[in-house]
Amino acid sequence: MNDYVIEMLNITKEFPGIRANDDITLRLRRGEIHALLGENGAGKSTLMSVLFGLYQPEKGVIKKDGKIVRIKDPNDANALNIGMVHQHFKLVEVFTVLENIILGVEPQKMGFLEKKEARKRVVELSERYGLKIDPDAVIENISVGMQQRVEILKMLYRDNDILIFDEPTAVLTPQEIDELMHIMRSFAAEGKSILFITHKLNEIMAVADRCTVLRKGKCIGTVDVKDTDKTKLSRMMVGRDVEFVVSKDDARPEDTVLDVQNLTVPSKLHKNNAVKNVSFQVRAGEIVCLAGIEGNGQTEFVYALTGLERPSAGEITLKGEPIVRIAARREKQKASSLPKARTTLMPIRQRSKLGMSHIPEDRQKFGLVLDYTLEENLVLQRYWEPAFQKNGFIKKPAVRQYAEKLIKQYDIRSGQGPVTSARSMSGGNQQKAIVAREIDKNPDLLVAVQPTRGLDVGAIEYIHKQLVAARDNGKAVFLVSLELDEVMNVSDRILVMYEGEIVGEFDPKVTTVEELGLYMAGAKRQSAERTVH
Amino acid sequence: MSILADIFSATILFMIPLLLVALGGMFSERSGVVNIALEGIMIIGALCSCLFLRALDDSGFGPAHPQTAMFLAIVVAALTGAVFALLLAFASVNLKADQTIGGTALNMFAPAFAIVLTWAIQGQGQTTILIPTWSRITQETLGVAVKQNFWQAFLFKSFYQTTIWAVFLFVIAAVVLYKTRFGLRLRSCGEHPQAADSVGVNVYRMRYAGVFISGMLGGIGGLAYTLAAGSAFQSTVAGYGFLALAVMIFGNWKPLNILGASLFFALFKILSSYSGSIPFLPKFENIKASEYIYLMLPYIVTMIVLILTSKKSRAPKAEGIPYDKGRR
Repeated sequence: MNDYVIEMLNITKEFPGIRANDDITLRLRRGEIHALLGENGAGKSTLMSVLFGLYQPEKGVIKKDGKIVRIKDPNDANALNIGMVHQHFKLVEVFTVLENIILGVEPQKMGFLEKKEARKRVVELSERYGLKIDPDAVIENISVGMQQRVEILKMLYRDNDILIFDEPTAVLTPQEIDELMHIMRSFAAEGKSILFITHKLNEIMAVADRCTVLRKGKCIGTVDVKDTDKTKLSRMMVGRDVEFVVSKDDARPEDTVLDVQNLTVPSKLHKNNAVKNVSFQVRAGEIVCLAGIEGNGQTEFVYALTGLERPSAGEITLKGEPIVRIAARREKQKASSLPKARTTLMPIRQRSKLGMSHIPEDRQKFGLVLDYTLEENLVLQRYWEPAFQKNGFIKKPAVRQYAEKLIKQYDIRSGQGPVTSARSMSGGNQQKAIVAREIDKNPDLLVAVQPTRGLDVGAIEYIHKQLVAARDNGKAVFLVSLELDEVMNVSDRILVMYEGEIVGEFDPKVTTVEELGLYMAGAKRQSAERTVH
Repeated sequence: MSILADIFSATILFMIPLLLVALGGMFSERSGVVNIALEGIMIIGALCSCLFLRALDDSGFGPAHPQTAMFLAIVVAALTGAVFALLLAFASVNLKADQTIGGTALNMFAPAFAIVLTWAIQGQGQTTILIPTWSRITQETLGVAVKQNFWQAFLFKSFYQTTIWAVFLFVIAAVVLYKTRFGLRLRSCGEHPQAADSVGVNVYRMRYAGVFISGMLGGIGGLAYTLAAGSAFQSTVAGYGFLALAVMIFGNWKPLNILGASLFFALFKILSSYSGSIPFLPKFENIKASEYIYLMLPYIVTMIVLILTSKKSRAPKAEGIPYDKGRR
């Protein structure tokens, strides 16, 4: 009796300039959760796309229940009951939840769509598995977590019993991750088989039965999770030992670089302010981390700080120069004796020139021009400097030389070097490119927003080291993070934001994750007069 | 009263081609292909159907069975328009060409081709194809007694089979787009082709279908315009294809809004040409060339309306981008 539902044998898939999968064999048992672990760009997504019929392998065969099958497109995969939740969701934004679920397998009656029964079935499935959705909500109006539930329901609606999850937790909040883990376990208990792509070791230890590790397109091996631990797995994945905790000396803070006073930023989602009367300082030579659960005003705060959005009140000073100063509205009584305050809003370019670097939260939207080459992206913050242009013409050789220097120094891997299109690079290497560009312009203040989101342990270690190195070089580092491990490991001072306010300030050496969690959830707050360390 | 009947009748007459062609554009753009070639498609549809009507007139079939002949002419307009539109589909889907340039090429080709063909068939210098007078639906066709009242003036002043079909096609278009499997899949291809592909919808085929339908509606629209514009086809549709694009955008790519938008455009167009004979409109007699003020009106109003509504306007997200499976 063959107990493997899916066998992928000796799969090889090549792209121009890169061999994404090299002779990989993966066997999936019935009813197991099988993790697929690897660094960014190790070939996990490619392998799953082969299984789902999006790519055709050059070599190798796929067997379902011991029989060789050919999967030419997603229809074939669907016919074999293989379903996939893609890393970037494949949902039509202007359609309703129900329309997205039935798209491709629409029930019909006399040539017309028959939504009634479909809705009944979707509601039934959602109740049975605890996947809360509103079938009539439009996708663009619902949260990322709910969008993912829609993707899962798409598979269930199609009666898929081999479920592929491509980095499903990268976009979720910790609570949503717990929920997802629970749902995955209940699927496995029902006899569905799950392939779970991730690079988060904690999650593998928590839910997976077995784990296959890929490195640079090659299969390193398959292990039983109960016989292994995080250190062994990360060694298999990266090929060397990884430090989970960044080693660093005590901070030696000097002059104040960033001074924020009473900043208030309106929200685009609701009528309240997203950031309410926030004040704090960041000094040279320290890493200050803004922690909090997603959606508590961190994004809006960073937008106001970096110039992407206009605050409604407050003042920000960088190295003594005001970059934001909002004049207070004229009082009812005539305060004509006072000089009229002027509103200052320094343009983004000038903030950058003054010494602010920004590693943005959304690397594809604000960090890179995806259809530019790597070298063009690397020079994006300084192409106007005399070193890179003359009379308005870009000096191509100088740009190439500079790009090659950064690529080497920061170990940015890509298919074709400086001329690779940024779009074709893996997420981790896209992030490395941004980090290289922003740190190499030698800023006084480095604003890093979730710099390790979606990255593997090797890349995380690397970026954390860069942040600490910047601090040790006397830079002020302002880090915004949702990951408590990162908050505790990297920062010298922690500010917790809850509903747009800073509710507490902590020393990572003294505080605990549990205490931070209470403040992040709004269960506790320090008095208005914060203790200053 | 008769002037009011005239205005209403003419408004409907000019609204029909705008409505049909804008609906055609909607199908194409909802599938993800920008169809700037509507002008050319109209010309080809009008050219072929008018030649067909001439041939039927010469053979004697037309005068004997006028409405059957008209129906066949509409079928000819739809098919030739659709075949012509397939060139655009081929360029933009198979060759992944820039859709705007492909459409412009077709627009340049169509009137030249129309003139060459007209000359070839009718002899050098004969650039107009006369439309037989039997093509109109009159009281006689329906066996109704002729009366001098408002309704008959409104209905029979210029009544063609295309009007009936336009109403019919409008209803079908709205139902197909929103109530059928085909419509759902078509819209998904214009919004997020990768998503459609991942659930097994053939994006290429849907885009071909969208462009094909737009060719059919555009071809019929070409015939409807020629009927509205006068007694002959003169190798042009006077920019109505582009006007229909504006109607489609103004109508926010939605059938009902497009209906309203085409009525709006047609009303202002007719208002400008009837401005001289409407007593209550100011005449601006002390301004030189004052007749142009009313001729400008439809375009000025359009600009104002587009400025006011542009914030809500939402084009299909993936339109104009050739679909490539390999792209992330």
